[in-house]
Amino acid sequence: MSYRPDPHLLPSDITPREYYYDRRRFMQMAAGATAASLLPAPLWAGDKLAAGKSQAYTLSEEQTPYKDVTGYNNFYEFGTGKDDPAQNAHSLKTRPWTVTIEGEVHKPKTWDIDELLKLAAMEERVYRLRCVEAWSMVVPWIGYPLAELIKQAEPTGNAKFVEFISLHDPMQMPGQRSAVLEWPYNEGLRLDEAMHPLTLLTFGLYGEMLPNQNGAPIRVVVPWKYGFKSAKSIVKIRFTEQQPITSWMKAGPSEYGFYSNVNPEVDHPRWTQAKERRIGDFLKRPTLPFNGYADEVAGLYTGMDLKTYF
Amino acid sequence: MTMKQLTDKTLTWVKVALFLVALIPLARLIIGGLTDALGANPIEKITRSTGYWTLVLIMVTLAVTPLRKLTGWHWLTRTRRMLGLFAFFYACLHFLTYLVLDQFFDWDSILKDIIKRPYITVGFPTFLLLIPLAVTSNNALIKKLGGKRWKGLHRLIYVIGVGGVVHYWWLVKKDLTNPMAFAAILAVLLSFRLVFWWRGRQPQARPVIAKPSN
Repeated sequence: MSYRPDPHLLPSDITPREYYYDRRRFMQMAAGATAASLLPAPLWAGDKLAAGKSQAYTLSEEQTPYKDVTGYNNFYEFGTGKDDPAQNAHSLKTRPWTVTIEGEVHKPKTWDIDELLKLAAMEERVYRLRCVEAWSMVVPWIGYPLAELIKQAEPTGNAKFVEFISLHDPMQMPGQRSAVLEWPYNEGLRLDEAMHPLTLLTFGLYGEMLPNQNGAPIRVVVPWKYGFKSAKSIVKIRFTEQQPITSWMKAGPSEYGFYSNVNPEVDHPRWTQAKERRIGDFLKRPTLPFNGYADEVAGLYTGMDLKTYF
Repeated sequence: MTMKQLTDKTLTWVKVALFLVALIPLARLIIGGLTDALGANPIEKITRSTGYWTLVLIMVTLAVTPLRKLTGWHWLTRTRRMLGLFAFFYACLHFLTYLVLDQFFDWDSILKDIIKRPYITVGFPTFLLLIPLAVTSNNALIKKLGGKRWKGLHRLIYVIGVGGVVHYWWLVKKDLTNPMAFAAILAVLLSFRLVFWWRGRQPQARPVIAKPSN
């Protein structure tokens, strides 16, 4: 079956990236040629997004295939099944789109998505993604550090936390017609976590604009935390003095904590977090503390009991 | 011919049809596996699918007696053994998926799961309980045990039904729609038994038909 590694498959058998992208580009050009010649070309989900490759944030681990990254998703706004987001997210309209910065900042502002796309240099970073359900992927994201936007907002001395609020519109997000979580989806980070250079304000993956099912048009990626901490389709970023209560904390206070750092030592009350299955692998692999980013981020939590602050 | 009484020949055809229908979930998994259509996480898909169909077949098996009593179709009972054995068959596939594909014989990890993960703590013994029922599902052992003892033993299916639903309920991350549906169906099927049992205990209550006393 497909998940058994094929010992006869040589690296040279894999379709080279250039061919793969060439085909994509050809399809996009064919489809978009007429429209593109008439319009000033706004960037839509699936359009190419230029970015320099990060030198610092690369991985030698194999990247998860595009079809799995974009076809196996937890995005309850479009349904609770793994295939639901890819099937239903076409109803999400990513233009026009604005992101409102508010709360404990000197410069509150409503940004247009096109302004945000130009705010800082785009970078491709390959990060591990570890879901709380004990599976993982390796994804080449495109974006720039969230810190760039936070600097523009100039947080006040009271700002201790950053809250991310996702779009709430059951017309566009049919999964919101069910009360499976409290809508809008709400996530949060401590300000120093949000300012950390690893925290990526993300606009694309695999060389293109984010597909809708991956959180278009703008999301965060916090690679040392479980996937649900990385809020998608963000419309509001609020700076607060109090620790926000996130959607998942409300859904299961004993199961989902505010920090939710990837930690093989602290199990989910109902399943182990010691191991994970990398999508495409047969055997499970051990989960790494902070998802392999301990050198960068462990210092944020010195003196904290990570079993208490799970 | 009415549905109440089927000829042996018709019953054979009904059983063949049921047999083939019960194989569809397995066929879909095999075809999916061969055509790379089980999605990004095939092991999860196989685990979920075999577990789901185990529960469906347990519910179907539990529906036989109430249906028979409501419709008077006594031949239904003669399909029950096959349905029950199919439930066991999918439960075995489910367990083997966990043992081989999910854990790959990591006994240490399996033992920890059984002790620490409530849904496995419930699921594993529930699976074990199915074994004596499957083993005694043949005429020779029914005869050897005697109808009464055999019936008593096979009442374990009520415990198994509850165990299976609890197992499902506890493993779901957030969306309880499916486990709740199974719980509701099970509640209906088990309450039929309560009603039958209650009626059986009060034979004098049955013929009493309230008449308006002018």
